[in-house]
Amino acid sequence: MLPIAPSYLLYYLPLIIAIALVFGGTRHENTKLILQYAWQTGRWITGFMAIIFIVICILDWLL
Amino acid sequence: MTSDSKNTILVDGERIDLRNRPLAALLAWLIPGAGHFYQGRHTKGVLFMVCILSAWVLGFALGGGHVVYASWAPGDKRWHYFLQAGVGGAALPALLQANLIKKATDPETGVTSGDYQPYWGGFMAPPLRPVRESQADEVSAWYARHGAGYEMGTWYTVIAGLLNILVIYDAYGGPLSIPISGRKKESEDDEPASKETEKSAT
Repeated sequence: MLPIAPSYLLYYLPLIIAIALVFGGTRHENTKLILQYAWQTGRWITGFMAIIFIVICILDWLL
Repeated sequence: MTSDSKNTILVDGERIDLRNRPLAALLAWLIPGAGHFYQGRHTKGVLFMVCILSAWVLGFALGGGHVVYASWAPGDKRWHYFLQAGVGGAALPALLQANLIKKATDPETGVTSGDYQPYWGGFMAPPLRPVRESQADEVSAWYARHGAGYEMGTWYTVIAGLLNILVIYDAYGGPLSIPISGRKKESEDDEPASKETEKSAT
């Protein structure tokens, strides 16, 4: 059970878009490569946070 | 302003003239993306300006306009400001406000005088002093009024400032040649471009 409203998670969206694009932009000059890198970065961060989220949910359920 | 050859780099098959690097870095700090415009890297300039200023403005709005202020008073050491100041010009009004409230606050009692009037209707002004933990003051009123938005707004503006540090580096020295993740796997379609990624001074 989430202790916060699910809409709270929407705060994450603009932030991950900005972070991923800036990360991509600071590693490439070609627009296509910037977008590819941004997509990879966004996926990586989202996946990492999803794992942490699941672990916390499991711990919450167990304890 | 002329550019010499040591300021020209090759990235992703594109030749970039970084022009006057310190000036580009200063401009990038003052206005996110401005350093890239100065160097003629317009696409990246727009990208950085939109991403960083959007995060900044959104955070500022979420926090009701009170998340960016400079204060190092007892009970209110706003360390976040050092990171928020990464966006340069957009955070500078907070320094003027900090100076004003410092003059209007009694150094012995730590109480802000009653006739204190912040500039611009309190835009980026620190809270009235004293600010004491676990007591009702202006900071707790801001938290109460904006709830999670105050917290999120603080983080949005902090992250915008931190992102601009990467942008300043990019304006000064060009893109980071090695991904921080160290990831080497590449898809087939970006292979030709990535071969040219090698950054070399000409």
